[in-house]
Amino acid sequence: MSDHTSKQFDAEMEAIRSGVLSMGGLVERQLARAIEALEQDEDHGLIDAVAADEHAINRFQVDIDQMCAQVIARRQPTAVDLRMVLTVSKVVNDLERIGDEVKKVAYKAAGIRGNEGLTRTRNFDVARMASGAQGMLHKALDAFARLDVNAAAEVVDDDDAIDHAFNAILRQLISFMMEDPRTITAALEAVFIAKSIERIGDHAKNIAESVVQVVKGKDVRHASAEQIRAEVAGE
Amino acid sequence: MVNPMDSAAPPRTRSLMRDGIAPALTRPGAEPAPPLKAEARGLSFHYGTFQALKDITMPVHENRVTALIGPSGCGKSTLLRCFNRMHDLYPGNRYKGTIVLYPDNTDLLARDVDPIEVRMRVSMVFQKPNPFPKSIYENVAYGLRVRGVSRKNALDEKVEDSLKAAALWDEVKNRLNEVGSNLSGGQQQRLCIARALATDPEIMLFDEPTSALDPIATASIEELVTELKKRVTILIVTHNMQQAARVSDYTAYMYLGELVEFGRTDEIFFKPRKKETEDYITGRFG
Repeated sequence: MSDHTSKQFDAEMEAIRSGVLSMGGLVERQLARAIEALEQDEDHGLIDAVAADEHAINRFQVDIDQMCAQVIARRQPTAVDLRMVLTVSKVVNDLERIGDEVKKVAYKAAGIRGNEGLTRTRNFDVARMASGAQGMLHKALDAFARLDVNAAAEVVDDDDAIDHAFNAILRQLISFMMEDPRTITAALEAVFIAKSIERIGDHAKNIAESVVQVVKGKDVRHASAEQIRAEVAGE
Repeated sequence: MVNPMDSAAPPRTRSLMRDGIAPALTRPGAEPAPPLKAEARGLSFHYGTFQALKDITMPVHENRVTALIGPSGCGKSTLLRCFNRMHDLYPGNRYKGTIVLYPDNTDLLARDVDPIEVRMRVSMVFQKPNPFPKSIYENVAYGLRVRGVSRKNALDEKVEDSLKAAALWDEVKNRLNEVGSNLSGGQQQRLCIARALATDPEIMLFDEPTSALDPIATASIEELVTELKKRVTILIVTHNMQQAARVSDYTAYMYLGELVEFGRTDEIFFKPRKKETEDYITGRFG
């Protein structure tokens, strides 16, 4: 995208865009820490770090939303600028929600740690699902940074895999609980963790759909993956 | 105690939609395109040897506001003036192509069509308010007198109707004999609108009607334009992009004498089809 006649407008839009990317980077780091907490036998201060990240993420959300409001008030953006500002306001919301879910994952990781009935393998399945969500988030942020609608469409496709993984884990955990009631407490924690990860995938998908909105001007929030692919492929 | 499961009991949950508090949403673009009032077809225009308009084909929808936008010198005012043959006043100007006025299919540019008659049907409001050095009353009655209306009752009625339609009546009804130039800038512009309305035009042309006015007067003219479109079709040239976005239903973006893009205003300002349009309206031009 070429530059505005107003350099200050360029600077404001760039500050918003890079703010989203910094916030996204922070959320990615937070998620990586939570996954580490899931995989490890001891805490190593990870939960505190995740909680601190969450505070910083919340701050970003408020600041970036404020910047968007300023641009709307002072510049009356139109067309691609308007689509970008509207989208950023939604993207930071999704990122903040991901931050909340990640915090839940980290806290609940402590709840399943050391439960003998719930084996490490089971625990590890959840971590693998989390890695899938991590990949989606990274790809969604990358699609945003490069305004790449093809990458965005891939993220939408990936969400199906996360949903399937969630259902599989749920089935496993149910049979686990039926076999050995002593695992119920820990297994329920694991269900919540899996649900949080599944939500992270949903938010990553929302971010990807927002990228399509910026580039194509089409709202694809409730469209099917096929419709989104068709929209992305169109001229 | 009402059992909520009892089907005879009134519903316990309230719904804004059901209670008629929340009306259904009207989606932008849901209304079908209104019929055409006029249409430029293959319109080119020369000022002497300089070609100011190049093969313009553009619809004008009835009872809607169409905004012409574009950088200085793009031909938007030239195009506007073609609609009431303003260019005929200067020698060396040449039209090519047609502007068809519906429903009677009159070609406004045809040699055998009287430009005076065209200007009765297609009136114009200029950038700077230009009331005649006459009374408020006579300013509005002028076009009617030219047309041969002389009966006092008919004139009175038409003057009042036009001033009301221009949202000026309440401010001037007790001083109709004062000179028009005593009014404030915004009032003078509304007087010019009333004057343009008096002959019952089918199309009104506005050439940057608010560029000489303050924000409050601008807002009142914009509000007026929105009101007026119920009775006339409006074409407006404006340098103020936000104004085009606010008042128009359709927008035409012109550049170097060509029509780059024409479309519904909500589309042009959210997702224009052409990159050139996007660059201009987002301030990336030049």
